[in-house]
Amino acid sequence: MATRTSRRRALRQGAGARRDTRRRFAAVPACGAMAEQEPAAAAAGSDSDSEEGEDGERRHRQLLEAISALSGRKRRKLAERSEASGQVSEFNVSCKGAGEKLLLSELLQPIHPKSTLGSVRKELARVKQKAAVELPLSKEEAKRVVREAAYVTSSKEVGKWQQVVLQNRRAEQLVFPLRQDIATVTPLERVTSAWKARTPLEQEIFGLLHKTQQPITDPLLTPEEMASVQAMSLEEARRRRAELQKARALQSYYEAKARRAKRIKSKKYHRVLKKSRRRQALKEFEQLHKSDPAAALERLEELEQLRMQERMSLKHQNKGKWARSRAIMAKYDLEARKALQEQLARNKELMQKVRVEPPEEEPCEVPEEDTTALPMPSGANPWMLGKPSGLAPEPEAQEGPRDDTVPVAVESKGKMEEEEELSEEEALLQDFEQKRQQRTGNPEGHSKDHGADETETGAEQPRDSPVPPDCAEELGDSPVPPDCAEELGDSPVPPDCAEELGDSPVPPDCAEELGDSPVPPDCAEELVSAGLEPPPQAQEELLLSEQLRRVQTMEDMESLAKEELVEEQEKLVALRPGKRARQQEKARTGDRHTKKAATKRKMISLEAVLDGKPQEMDCSSLPVVLEEEEGGIEQRGMITEAFAGDDVVADFRREKRKAEEAMKPQPVNLVLPGWGEWGGTGLKPSTRKVKRFLIKAPPVPPRKDQHLPHVIMSEKRNIHAAAHQVSKLPFPFERHQQFEQSMRTPLGPTWNTQRAFQKLTAPRVITRAGHIIQPISAEDVPDTAPGSRARLGGEAMPERKAVPRGKAVPKGKAVPRGKAVPRGKAVPKGKAVSSGRAVPGQKAQPRHRRAQ
Amino acid sequence: MRVKVLSRNPDDYVRETKLDLQRVPRNYDPVLHPFEVAREYVRALNATKLERVFAKPFLSSLDGHRDGVNCMAKHPKSLSTVLSGACDGEVKIWNLTQRKCIRTIQAHEGFVRGMCARFCGTSFFTVGDDKTVKQWKMESPEYGEEEEPIHTILGKTVYTGIDHHWKEPVFATCGHQVDIWDEQRTSPKCSLTWGFDSISSVKFNPIETYLLGSCASDRNIVLYDMRKSTPLKKVILNMRTNTLCWNPMEAFIFTAANEDYNLYTFDMRFLESPVMVHMDHVSAVLDVDYSPTGKEFVSASFDKSIRIFPVDKGHSREVYHTKRMQHVITVKWTSDNKYILCGSDEMNIRLWKANASEKLGVLAPREKAAMNYNQKLKEKFQFHPQIRRIARHRHLPKSIYCQIKEQRIMKEARRRKEMNRRKHSKPGSVPFVPERKKHIVAVVK
Repeated sequence: MATRTSRRRALRQGAGARRDTRRRFAAVPACGAMAEQEPAAAAAGSDSDSEEGEDGERRHRQLLEAISALSGRKRRKLAERSEASGQVSEFNVSCKGAGEKLLLSELLQPIHPKSTLGSVRKELARVKQKAAVELPLSKEEAKRVVREAAYVTSSKEVGKWQQVVLQNRRAEQLVFPLRQDIATVTPLERVTSAWKARTPLEQEIFGLLHKTQQPITDPLLTPEEMASVQAMSLEEARRRRAELQKARALQSYYEAKARRAKRIKSKKYHRVLKKSRRRQALKEFEQLHKSDPAAALERLEELEQLRMQERMSLKHQNKGKWARSRAIMAKYDLEARKALQEQLARNKELMQKVRVEPPEEEPCEVPEEDTTALPMPSGANPWMLGKPSGLAPEPEAQEGPRDDTVPVAVESKGKMEEEEELSEEEALLQDFEQKRQQRTGNPEGHSKDHGADETETGAEQPRDSPVPPDCAEELGDSPVPPDCAEELGDSPVPPDCAEELGDSPVPPDCAEELGDSPVPPDCAEELVSAGLEPPPQAQEELLLSEQLRRVQTMEDMESLAKEELVEEQEKLVALRPGKRARQQEKARTGDRHTKKAATKRKMISLEAVLDGKPQEMDCSSLPVVLEEEEGGIEQRGMITEAFAGDDVVADFRREKRKAEEAMKPQPVNLVLPGWGEWGGTGLKPSTRKVKRFLIKAPPVPPRKDQHLPHVIMSEKRNIHAAAHQVSKLPFPFERHQQFEQSMRTPLGPTWNTQRAFQKLTAPRVITRAGHIIQPISAEDVPDTAPGSRARLGGEAMPERKAVPRGKAVPKGKAVPRGKAVPRGKAVPKGKAVSSGRAVPGQKAQPRHRRAQ
Repeated sequence: MRVKVLSRNPDDYVRETKLDLQRVPRNYDPVLHPFEVAREYVRALNATKLERVFAKPFLSSLDGHRDGVNCMAKHPKSLSTVLSGACDGEVKIWNLTQRKCIRTIQAHEGFVRGMCARFCGTSFFTVGDDKTVKQWKMESPEYGEEEEPIHTILGKTVYTGIDHHWKEPVFATCGHQVDIWDEQRTSPKCSLTWGFDSISSVKFNPIETYLLGSCASDRNIVLYDMRKSTPLKKVILNMRTNTLCWNPMEAFIFTAANEDYNLYTFDMRFLESPVMVHMDHVSAVLDVDYSPTGKEFVSASFDKSIRIFPVDKGHSREVYHTKRMQHVITVKWTSDNKYILCGSDEMNIRLWKANASEKLGVLAPREKAAMNYNQKLKEKFQFHPQIRRIARHRHLPKSIYCQIKEQRIMKEARRRKEMNRRKHSKPGSVPFVPERKKHIVAVVK
């Protein structure tokens, strides 16, 4: 390789004369193709180039070209002079046609415009376009430019945080550290593995540990522990565990079932349960009897034992404490009587001698006892049994519609004897059926059954009411609760039924309503009381208060407001006045008020008339001056004409009177109507009572503006309280209403629910003890976990408009943070505070003087 | 016969365990709880009073240095560790829970000018008057090992401050210029200069970590960009700025502690005027450090006191001082936002509570609720004169008190004079210059 390059260098120096011919060759395309073919051949035999003469020379050149082509980029050819010329320039420009002869014909020919001059022109134009290059900037200037550019870009980048910063400043609550990372516990092995014993003490300790084969690295188990772990196979352990689980589950199911069963309070259920148990026992006994008569006999003996015990004990005889108390109650209470009888029956049953008879009869005897439960059908002593059949249906009668209990009670007593005649079985049957139907809520089936019962037995129903049967059915059987049924039942009741209702002990006012008014509105009222939706008419009547008087002026409105007050008081007096009465009353009060107002108005006008003139004479010094001028009278006349409508003086007087009245303390009315006397519609508490319970307020000191007719001095301002009050509007608030509102909302748990209290008092910044708070980073910005920078880039540099005016708005102030006004508003529980209270936050706007 | 009795569900009044609180049924009818504002006012008053009663911020003092404490550094990973460097070249590492010095190193000859911990907490750097930068291991040397720095770089000039990058193994020193160093190399990666003056402190931006701020003794604050290795902008104030501190939650906000007794909070995008001028100190402010929540900062002053300023307020909310505390040179706010450490001339490091009346230790939930409620009440009624009077009351040593008074008089006199001048000159010729603009001399691009 080295030899070849050196040769090439030599060739380049020597071949200067032949260069143009080579160039010509290169221009021929065929040769180019050959040159492309050449490299392979050249690679094969590069040493055979010096053999031939010219041909070899040419080939050699081609080879060289090929090699140069192989190297990739074109070598810059050194411009070389290939011909001798007189004019030699240093830029290797050779003048080609220097030696040639000039022909005249050529000169005569016009210059071709498109010839070589075109390119020259182009170049000229290009040169002209280029301006002169400016001088390079001074070092300082250049640095400044760089700095400015860098500042702009970096401040733009920093500006991406603008949104985040604003958000954090406004945030109601910030919890630091922003990123809640979970503390990772490094395992002990890793800690110990990195640590080596160095001091003699440590080495000693480690030596001891090694000696006793204490584990230092993972797993932290001594060999003994390992052995114990391996003792039980995994599968076995699993199986055992599964078994245990199953057993535990079964046990818990059983327990739950038992608990459920135990909790059932239904007597009937227990009765049935007991019965079934007895049956079971009997069955067993029977089987025993068949299979093993000896054992059966033993059982019989056991029964005999029981009987003996019963005979010996006083347990079921009516001698216990409970029994005696029941006996006393039995006179009045059916249940007590029943319980007593039950107990007696039980005693009887237990004392009954077990008849050792042929076993066929026994089973059929005993179940009979059981099916009838306690009231025993066996004809041992019917007088001992009392009359459970008559008593059983009694509670049902009570459960029926409440409103007609009294007649039922009366009639039921009357029908005792008939009920006694009923066979117990039937009574029981009835009982069961009724109960079942009540449960299923199937009125039709019930009525059918009733019908069947009636036809079959011909006996009267146990729960009979004075209401006709169809009506009764409606009342009793409808699935609606009884009181509601009553309400609903009012309107569709047929007239005769209504009359009956009227007879029944219904509250008098209700009866009145039923009696005199057309049904719909009253019904509506009733519905309102029942909590149902009233028809719109009724509501409208409640909202409007119709009156004869027409309200036109502001004064009238005010008197109306007073009137309402009076009305409220009267409402207190008459709690529930009838509608008509109320209307009448309204009309009356309206009349009275109109009269009052009229008198008042009269008085006012009188006063105004009386006082008007001297007022004007006294205080209007300006008009006096004006009068001296010539046009004064005219002007004055104009003014009076212009303000003819409004009487300023009278207005002021009115205002002052109002202020005076407002400052007067109101007497406290503690009268409770209906206490110690009759109450009701149209009844007023007696004057004696009113006198007794109306507490008069102590007289107020005389007003300061008492003797100043054209001054109102407000005396609301309390100097002692003023020391505690805010005298001027604090910073973030813009209006005093805002501030007052923020004061009005209480924060404490006394006024707020626990949840609201927690929300209201949530601290602004929460930090956790012992946690390092790292500076904010892109990952901390919420809801931008993956492309956080994208979010950060949401807002570029904000324009600062206020800068030129020199009133740069500070970031902190632009957003009122700490006690932002809207917080008060946002609180859901807004309460109106009556103005009368001593509220430190509220400051009465003192209005001292208001001269005319 | 059925007797109707009142029946209540026992679930409503029986507690589940005897450790539970008795359930108190409540009726929230406002009629039953009248005078809510008045009652809450009283509660707020009491809360404010109690706050002042319990305001005992001083916890302890760490003594052990034999010369004034010149610089401190927080451990980035451990709350209980703090490092301090003294004027005699001694560096001490303290355990705050035990309040003990756990390690002492004679790091430099002469002052320890600055120190900072590496972001991972494994080592720390100190610079001293002996023109060296030294890197030390955070852990104490093993048994039999000698106390030696990991690296020592000998520079040509004295370094006056150092700060470490928040994420990368890069640190910056300042002296005659700001140098950015790679930890692995003994020559700076790049040197940033703008003018020739000694730079007193340099700080990396904790959020956009390629930004740096420095303050020089020719009264300017210069910002740099590390990536482009060029300064960005320079703002010249009336007087020299001693240190600056970046807000850890707001990337573009930093606060500068100035010799003219004030602190200036700047937005780095708008350096023409500070966002806020914090004035309360009566002598040069020597150091400033932000709370990790970025809501407040603490400043140490030559007037022997430290003050806590809310970022958005012009005046301090708290001033701490003790009889024995001399000029406070350095101050740090711990990373859990609970405590403040200050190192002063008289060789002590003092530990303060950041919230003077805070109860330390674990709080029961009820205590916490009561505390929150009281806090909100105080906030709600803060404008009421009686409450404000109590809440604002602070005791000051006589020297500071007198100086404050004096300065108030001076300020008033200046204001009056300006007013008079304005009154007696052509309207518009004496312009109103807002306080924020007054202290800025120029902004150099």
